[in-house]
Amino acid sequence: MGYTPEMLEMIKKVEATRAARVEKKARGEEFAAMGIDERNELKKKFHPDYKSDALRKVKIGPNAGDEMVNKFVDVLETPSSLELDKVDLNKVDYETDVLIIGGGGAGCAAAIMAAEEGANVLLMTKLRLGDANTMMAEGGIQAAVRAKDSPRTHFLDTIGGGHFKNEPELVRALVFDAPVVIDWLDRLGTMFTKNEKGVMMTIHGGGTSKKRMHSAADMSGAEIMRTLRDAARGKPNVTVVEFEPAVELILDDKGQCFGAVVKNLETNQYKVVRAKATIVSTGGSGRLHYQDFDTTNHYGATGDGLVMAYHAGCKLCFMHPVQYHPTGVVYPAQNIGLLITEKVRGLGAQPINAEGEQFVFPKEPRDIESSAFIRECHDRGKGVPTPTGRVGVWLDSPMIDMLHGEGTVRRELPAKFRQFMNHGIDISRLPMLVYPTLHYQNGGVEMESDAHSKQIPNLYFAGEVAGGIHGENRLMGNSLLDINVFGRRAGGSAAKASRSVELGSPSLTHVVEYNREAGKKGLTGRVAAPILLPDYVGKIK
Amino acid sequence: MSAEAKTKEKEEKVGLDLSKANFIDIYIMGKRYSVPDTLPIMKALEFCGYKLIRGVGCRGGVCGACATVYRTKGDPALKVALACQKVVEPEMYLAQIPFFPAGRAVYDDIEKMEPTAATVRGMYPEIAKCMGCNTCTKSCPQDLKVMEYISAALRGDIEKAARLSFECVMCGLCTTRCPANIVQPNVGILCRRLYGSRMAIKSPELARRVREIKEGKHDKPMDEVVAVAKKGVDKLRPLYEEVQKDKEPDSTPRFGED
Repeated sequence: MGYTPEMLEMIKKVEATRAARVEKKARGEEFAAMGIDERNELKKKFHPDYKSDALRKVKIGPNAGDEMVNKFVDVLETPSSLELDKVDLNKVDYETDVLIIGGGGAGCAAAIMAAEEGANVLLMTKLRLGDANTMMAEGGIQAAVRAKDSPRTHFLDTIGGGHFKNEPELVRALVFDAPVVIDWLDRLGTMFTKNEKGVMMTIHGGGTSKKRMHSAADMSGAEIMRTLRDAARGKPNVTVVEFEPAVELILDDKGQCFGAVVKNLETNQYKVVRAKATIVSTGGSGRLHYQDFDTTNHYGATGDGLVMAYHAGCKLCFMHPVQYHPTGVVYPAQNIGLLITEKVRGLGAQPINAEGEQFVFPKEPRDIESSAFIRECHDRGKGVPTPTGRVGVWLDSPMIDMLHGEGTVRRELPAKFRQFMNHGIDISRLPMLVYPTLHYQNGGVEMESDAHSKQIPNLYFAGEVAGGIHGENRLMGNSLLDINVFGRRAGGSAAKASRSVELGSPSLTHVVEYNREAGKKGLTGRVAAPILLPDYVGKIK
Repeated sequence: MSAEAKTKEKEEKVGLDLSKANFIDIYIMGKRYSVPDTLPIMKALEFCGYKLIRGVGCRGGVCGACATVYRTKGDPALKVALACQKVVEPEMYLAQIPFFPAGRAVYDDIEKMEPTAATVRGMYPEIAKCMGCNTCTKSCPQDLKVMEYISAALRGDIEKAARLSFECVMCGLCTTRCPANIVQPNVGILCRRLYGSRMAIKSPELARRVREIKEGKHDKPMDEVVAVAKKGVDKLRPLYEEVQKDKEPDSTPRFGED
């Protein structure tokens, strides 16, 4: 339990420089931030995306010839996991106006809005309602609310953080809806951290020029997810079916989305859903463990929606840059890969190397911060070794109480405090040891700003499965925002469209064709996809 | 393959130096397995060959999917834990709870509900039957004062119930043990939503910004910047650098209007 004597010895070097660093920080002095050119050079040398074996060209489907992250290409270059001979499309098991695939934050936001538009909603989810990356987000949600801030500034921060590659119309939607989303969540009963006048606490995140990160202690995602889940459950016209994920989308003879084939995970039976509009909100893919990285992601984050949409003919974008969160747990070993919120740095904790020195501005955009950590550990040799052979840098959390007063860590970071205390480490007294961890799928399926698919009628996307909003790199606090903005838009758009849709006859020909092409190209050796659940049997992950 | 190579392969597969690990016996649903003593219950289950469907979620102690009950040999006490957080102990007899029936009261529009004792008692009348045994509190893996928040709810102290239940992960372990049939997590979320929606003071600057957006005050600056963005990086980059240069310093108060 706790740090080993060797590690406690190493911590003394951090303690030796702490008082001076706190004093400087309190004066507003920080390690200098990098310019754009310096950032680019660092990234090319040290970011995992730039390793020679990081990417490969996809050989099949709508993006054939595009480079994507290697292990994701594995789940595209393989036949469908749907057992076609066990599906009877003539027998419809569920009929609904709006089908929502995935019960995380985006799915629940969509369900609420679609229900308020008067649609009957069927929400099918792989695990329990609310079991999602949304639940695990800690730091906060961005919105330009203060008078000195504006949606325009939020737009520029977001698009600069994404290396100017973001789809401008999607970013406009994101930042413009942001204050409305905060207001909506507040009215639904989210307990945002506020002062006695009702003013919400806001802090910086990496890459923000104004403090616009709103939070609910360090359980912002959990608090938002619990609220959205309860609100969705309260809608009389929302039906939720758990442990029954979609495996493939169904198209009709006009090429529109007709619904989906779902699979009961306990009985292994397939069922057919007929829906006038379908929303895919299945989340990300961290559990594919790109480049063998540990991940902060939920157990269900296996990229199923991307695969289904791809089989149906949707194009993907930005599947080459992956977000590694700079501060993943490296010690204790039981928690390897788990997220330590960026809020810790937002509150003043600095990354420190083995010599007790600062080596990077604490709030660079995530890709830059991660690259700097990797350089410190593997190039400069100033990383801190762990008993299990890992290496990391210190995140000097005791600075927080020194800067903001005794008890701040416990008040602002209650979940993190508890998690480390479970392993005998008091993070208000001792630093945490961190290393970049696989965190976010920057890209996803192409969509319009009303959340509609760019390729297939009657099909909508919301949340991490969608691509283009964040360009090549997402800023902290823009993900809790995006699931709400596009969840709400998808729900509203789908419900309205469902009133006038005429469905044709259902077909899975696109899946048959995909399998045939995979066979023809010899892409049949690997596990079929979507994989639905990660394979950890006999492993320690 | 040599024995050495086999050991190495196994170690790579499990991601842990098994030769240095200390193995202990645990009993999963009555069956004995030998596992490294540093693993949380969840990873031990997978190490033993279980493919988890229920009883697994965030794997980080916030989602409440992995409620687990156990006894250790020779101790009559029934203990509870989250499988992703609790490290295995020798002679632990454990089972995960895949699902537990727990009703949610019928309510929709929280903004139209009064944050009072009458509301909460109307939704969950069984809270009045709490017999004060405190088993809920003793069975909370988050060490929350569960019975205290139920009694606060009963008295109509909605704010206290909301704050005391704030870190609830809604695993439902308290509910499985409650002799009065109370579904504590659902009482907690009702109180938190009532507090957040109806009692917490509304942000004046948020109201102002939402009004501005609805009145179209930000349309023009937004249209302009989007138009620049569509022209490409070269035009946009100077605008980005301008706002970044005007970065708000860290030392300003975190609360407060400008």
